[in-house]
Amino acid sequence: MALLEIKDLQLSIGKFPILREIDLSVDAGEILGVIGESGSGKSMTALSIMQLLPFGATTSGSIKLDGREVLGLPDVEMRKIRGGTVGMVFQEPMTALNPVKTIGDQVAETAMVHGGLGRRAALEVARQTLERVELPTSRFPLDRYPHELSGGQRQRVVTAMAIAMRPKLLIADEPTTALDVTTQAAILRLLQKLVDEDGMGLLFITHDLGVIAGLADKVSIMRQGEVVEAGPTVALFRNLRHPYSKALFQASSHVPPRIPPAVAGGTPVLSVDNVVREYPLPRRGLFEKRKVLRAVDGVSLRIEKGENVGLVGESGCGKSTLARAIMALEPTQGGRIAIAGEPIDPKKGASFATRRQLQVVFQDPYGSFNPRHRVDRLVSEPFHLLGSAAPTGTERDKRIARALEEVGLSAADADKYVHEFSGGQRQRIAIARALIIEPSLIILDEAVSALDVSVRAQVLDLLADLSDRLQLSYLFISHDLAVVRSITDRVLVMRAGKIVEEGATEEVFRAPRHPYTQELLAATPNLEGALAKREAAGA
Amino acid sequence: MPSFILGRLVSLILSLIAASIVIFLVLEVVPGDPAQFMLGLNATPEAVAALRTALGLDGPLLERYFTWVLGLLHGDFGISYTYKVPVAKLIGDRIWISLPLALFALALSTLIAFPVGILAAVKRNSPTDVGIMGATQVGLAVPNFWFAMLLVLLFSITLRWFSAGGFPGWEDPVLALKALTLPAVALALPQASILARVMRSSLLDTLGEDYIRSARAKGLSQGQTLWRHALRNALIPVLTIIGLQFSFLLAGAIIIENVFFLPGLGRLVFQGITSRDLIVVKSVVMLLVFAVILVTFLVDITYALVDPRLRRAVR
Repeated sequence: MALLEIKDLQLSIGKFPILREIDLSVDAGEILGVIGESGSGKSMTALSIMQLLPFGATTSGSIKLDGREVLGLPDVEMRKIRGGTVGMVFQEPMTALNPVKTIGDQVAETAMVHGGLGRRAALEVARQTLERVELPTSRFPLDRYPHELSGGQRQRVVTAMAIAMRPKLLIADEPTTALDVTTQAAILRLLQKLVDEDGMGLLFITHDLGVIAGLADKVSIMRQGEVVEAGPTVALFRNLRHPYSKALFQASSHVPPRIPPAVAGGTPVLSVDNVVREYPLPRRGLFEKRKVLRAVDGVSLRIEKGENVGLVGESGCGKSTLARAIMALEPTQGGRIAIAGEPIDPKKGASFATRRQLQVVFQDPYGSFNPRHRVDRLVSEPFHLLGSAAPTGTERDKRIARALEEVGLSAADADKYVHEFSGGQRQRIAIARALIIEPSLIILDEAVSALDVSVRAQVLDLLADLSDRLQLSYLFISHDLAVVRSITDRVLVMRAGKIVEEGATEEVFRAPRHPYTQELLAATPNLEGALAKREAAGA
Repeated sequence: MPSFILGRLVSLILSLIAASIVIFLVLEVVPGDPAQFMLGLNATPEAVAALRTALGLDGPLLERYFTWVLGLLHGDFGISYTYKVPVAKLIGDRIWISLPLALFALALSTLIAFPVGILAAVKRNSPTDVGIMGATQVGLAVPNFWFAMLLVLLFSITLRWFSAGGFPGWEDPVLALKALTLPAVALALPQASILARVMRSSLLDTLGEDYIRSARAKGLSQGQTLWRHALRNALIPVLTIIGLQFSFLLAGAIIIENVFFLPGLGRLVFQGITSRDLIVVKSVVMLLVFAVILVTFLVDITYALVDPRLRRAVR
């Protein structure tokens, strides 16, 4: 008998069907990977097991935990299961912990609720559990607050909360998506260790095929509330049958076709020389001197016309700060930035004429538009940089239509509002907005990171095509090395405010010289590599 | 934490100094010469000049400012131009009405608002919630002086449970509290309505947070989640409003003081303004500013107690 057995699970919220005929099973000591894009119903499946569904949700079918039917169980019984038999780890480590309680108390709470332990005994359980997730009390005392820990450390605390009672099943819903690759690798190792030690079953939800290929024993692929394909990991990936699975597999390792740019020389589109950006830190004591954080520490880079340059690094390395400095959104404390040969005044910022050479696309396709403006107004915003030369009337409409068509939308979309578009379409609108005044450089700050793999592949194709046709240059900032590899000519690796390695993209990826680059590449989940490794181990 | 408190104290003192300068200068430039006002329209210029000297109104600006501030520090607020008694005594008599009244009203408002706001948040979108939100809407819309008169009609005139106005003094605390009850209720109604709405929305925000879901996934019941995780996090905006309400109640009770014939600070400052008794106005305003700044200080300290993230925020 399987530890978790889901049969014919149906879920609807109000009148909307969310899940249809879901069948899943997890045995003790087994790792099941559930893959799907946003909206595929993978999180709802997890919440159904915990019976923590949103208001108005109705379920039918069967979820058996250890032989016991969960659906329809009263809340009193469910509370014994949650945190007792089943633990759950969520995606956002930054917000999953109560900010006003110490980590010791939050882990101890699980033991107090389930073990009927007093505070002192529960804190002892918390100490042992934090030790198991590799947060020893010698370095992380129980009276630490969440804000004193990094994202990866917080995710360990969340994991400790979930496994304090040694549950039979652990559900992890995108536990590493918000983390850096090296931290992700460490958390994945930890989960694997816990499964091996306790013989716990693990239901691991992710959108990342590379992660699942290295971790899971078997995989279920979900789409629009249904399981389209399931099977043992290696066998499944080697022999995908469903067209959606095949498309997903291809999209995840998609490399857009590109024409290598003929770098012409001449004035570089962007030149950054020895730029320094410092932040004053808050005072520790009333009369102490303020310390200064050097977020960008003497960075130099150069982008030629038509060239795509990648900038990779983990969170906090200073890559976005550097981008803001280049856009003259922030003052710099040293060095020189020039756009198309025109230097930016570190105090006054850039002139309109300089700024029109440079546009930007940000990460969040939902937060980077004013929801009350129509698409035509959003897309034509950069026209103000042209001053009196800005097109008006039909000429303006023509330019808007052209920009929208350029990114694969239609001219009729100009009259709509952004909420009528999907995430991928919004990112196209953002690109149209950047294109409309024909800049020579576009900064793409994690521009495809929030997109699902299939949409991401389409947007990457679009970017590659635009760059080829319009001789555009990109500064492509990302933490995702696979994406950077697919679309850039040259890559810079940044760490703690400094560029540690620079070179032609293929060379850097094939033979990284700096130990940090090597570490980054080793930690990056790699679908093909993971499958090959497992086949070799199995054979 | 000690350095946090020290930092807040420094900012408290700086705010007080800035406020004293502003109040002093504003009252310097407002029209209306107290000496002229006291002597009437027919007074000779010589007599006005003599009175100005006697009142200490004609020294250099800086000197008069320092004399005033030094006096304040010693508890010497000067002599009222119209009452001819020390301002300190005038304030001293009245603060024993205004301060208890403000605290009473604030306690009532908090005691009503907390349970009501929490109930509305927990039963969101239910008839209970709709009813509570409707009631707070009415509580906000009804002018408190009118509500005060309704209270008098019902409890004083018809039921004869409370007196309709006046203050018997603190010799008999029960009688004194009884005299303050109706005014406190009238003052508390709109405040409780605001506070309940803030409590509700703040708690709703908190209940939508990820860590609430984490707490439920640990096996906590909805009630435990509310008490152990949500309430303390929801408290910050509520504390801000409570701080603002206290300052408002201390001086803003003027209409209610008039309805109930209570000789409080609000009435004193009102009388001071109409009779150009600038020294009274100056002193009462300074006192109120002090109260506001002190309350802000206390609220800041409470923030830090509630939320560990704020403890190191020394600016």
